[in-house]
Amino acid sequence: MGHAGRLDVTAVMSPDTTQHQAPAKRRGKQIGLAFIAPFGLLFILVYIVPIVYAGYLSLFQEKLIGGNTFSGLANYTKLFQDAQFWHGVSRVFWFTLVQVPIMLLLAMALALALDSRRLHGAKFMRVSIFLPYAVPAVVSTLMWGFMLGVKYGLFGSLNNTLGTDLNPFAPGTTLISIGMMVTWAFTGFNMLIFYAVLKAVPRELYEAAALDGANEFQVVRRIKLPALRSSLVIAIIFSIIGTFQIFSEPQILPSMVANSGITTDYTPNLYAYNLAFAGSQQGYAAALALVMAAITIAVAYAVQIRGLRNAFED
Amino acid sequence: MRSRTSTRAASGEAHVVTPGASIRDSRNRRRLYSVDNPKKSVTLTVMTGLSALYCLLPLVWLVINATKSQADFVSSFGLAPGHKFALWDNIVEVFRYQNGIFTRWLLNTVLYVVVGAAVSTFLAALGGYALAKLHFSGKRVLLFVILGSIAVPGIALAIPQFLLFAHLGLTNTPWAVLIPSFINPFGLYLMWVFTAEAVPTDLLDAAKVDGAGEFRTFVQIALPMLAPASVTVLLFSFVSIWNNYFLPLIMLKDPNWYPLTIGLNQWNKLGSTAGNGALIQNLVITAALLTIIPLIVAFLSLQRYWQSGLSLGAVKG
Repeated sequence: MGHAGRLDVTAVMSPDTTQHQAPAKRRGKQIGLAFIAPFGLLFILVYIVPIVYAGYLSLFQEKLIGGNTFSGLANYTKLFQDAQFWHGVSRVFWFTLVQVPIMLLLAMALALALDSRRLHGAKFMRVSIFLPYAVPAVVSTLMWGFMLGVKYGLFGSLNNTLGTDLNPFAPGTTLISIGMMVTWAFTGFNMLIFYAVLKAVPRELYEAAALDGANEFQVVRRIKLPALRSSLVIAIIFSIIGTFQIFSEPQILPSMVANSGITTDYTPNLYAYNLAFAGSQQGYAAALALVMAAITIAVAYAVQIRGLRNAFED
Repeated sequence: MRSRTSTRAASGEAHVVTPGASIRDSRNRRRLYSVDNPKKSVTLTVMTGLSALYCLLPLVWLVINATKSQADFVSSFGLAPGHKFALWDNIVEVFRYQNGIFTRWLLNTVLYVVVGAAVSTFLAALGGYALAKLHFSGKRVLLFVILGSIAVPGIALAIPQFLLFAHLGLTNTPWAVLIPSFINPFGLYLMWVFTAEAVPTDLLDAAKVDGAGEFRTFVQIALPMLAPASVTVLLFSFVSIWNNYFLPLIMLKDPNWYPLTIGLNQWNKLGSTAGNGALIQNLVITAALLTIIPLIVAFLSLQRYWQSGLSLGAVKG
């Protein structure tokens, strides 16, 4: 990049630059913007513009007569009265409330077990438990769908042998099976994050605790758990964001198992997808996507706004 | 808990614990000698092992069933081998089925992953470096917006992205999958934290005093020091693009542009169409195995790098 080009950037990007600033500092100013510009411009194209455009589209409705017409906030008022949408929201809400604590407690217990240095084959365990993270949701759903399915899978064999009629994908149990898949996929990732945090605790602390006669449980409670606190907050936030947008599993499962109880509005995202692509109600789907994003962010922030703020202050 | 001990812990104990010592005393002393290398615990190993089993079982199931013919898959027990070892036949058939479209999907995926991960990592490094080491106005606002965007659910964003890209005529082209993958806010955050930590400002200043331009300083001085973070961001971008399902699902209609995940599900749907559907579960399972092997190899072989990168992100986050 030539020098003239840099000067142009200053002229355009920071018109308020005062004359008496040192040349080096001024150059720093323009260059910083040039470095962040590719990310910034694409960020605007990929994040900001679509959201604004979706906001605009959400003000229109597809009518049988008259085509796409401006309808103000009609999509939003319709959405707030849409029982299908709220059923989906409450389903993911309950799912999150049960699955996230189970997954994170398991991940923390595993991280503490690894960090205790009391395991045989700790490295093998660590890698095995993490591996599912590398498996796409599509493959995970196919594997679990076949494996737990009564048609070809282990439960079919089990039912044949024992004469039972267990079905992990009956309407009442499908959500539990999905919870098993999600837990399978993400426990290892969270475990590694917690483990990394625990490894950063200075070993001298443990030696001092041992000298003071602390037992293992006291060390866990007084040193290790407090150390995990801030990373736990972030893990909770990301897990909530993840479970609120659950999509692949309920979208793929119906083609594998009959009568799973999965409807087109099973989760809000599945509903939005079906509205936009099967029902071609794009304005309504746009409104739904925006409201869902707002709900997710609100819940994530309500859980703990401090997590992100700490990172910001850093 | 104490039925087995590692040799070092056992010998340490033999010296320290005397028959007359109180329980509390012996516990103290053993800890004193073994804080860094305590006794191995069978109970803890078994409990963790159960979790490892839960994580490995589906993968084992996948490997076993990829070796079965369709007839064996339908008839034999899920965790037992079939009558015939059909892995090679299955692999050949996967690459032949539907005029070899699997190869096309594989190449598409490689294209999306290589270009997407490389560009997103470079942009993240460039931006992270700017945030950590360079001054410019509006930085705090920018940080706030980008960190806030990490909390925006990807799928809630994908539908607006689809609507915009459809408006721009970009849907059903590789760009529709590539462009959104170029931006990785979490990668930027990681690069920012890592640059602040690992790249000494003095060194950058020295390079500039020696006459290196800002960009050259970045490429020749900072970038090599950012290698562990770059590998981490690269690998996690790689995984998220390779595994991406929703975005290509809505953006692409032409099977010739499908990545593996979408193609795989299309085959799965073929196989499950009631009545006259093709019975190709053996191909779906073998294709699924082929889909995950590159990722697992990448993770295992690059462990050293991404674990250190992840640690840093975790500790700072």
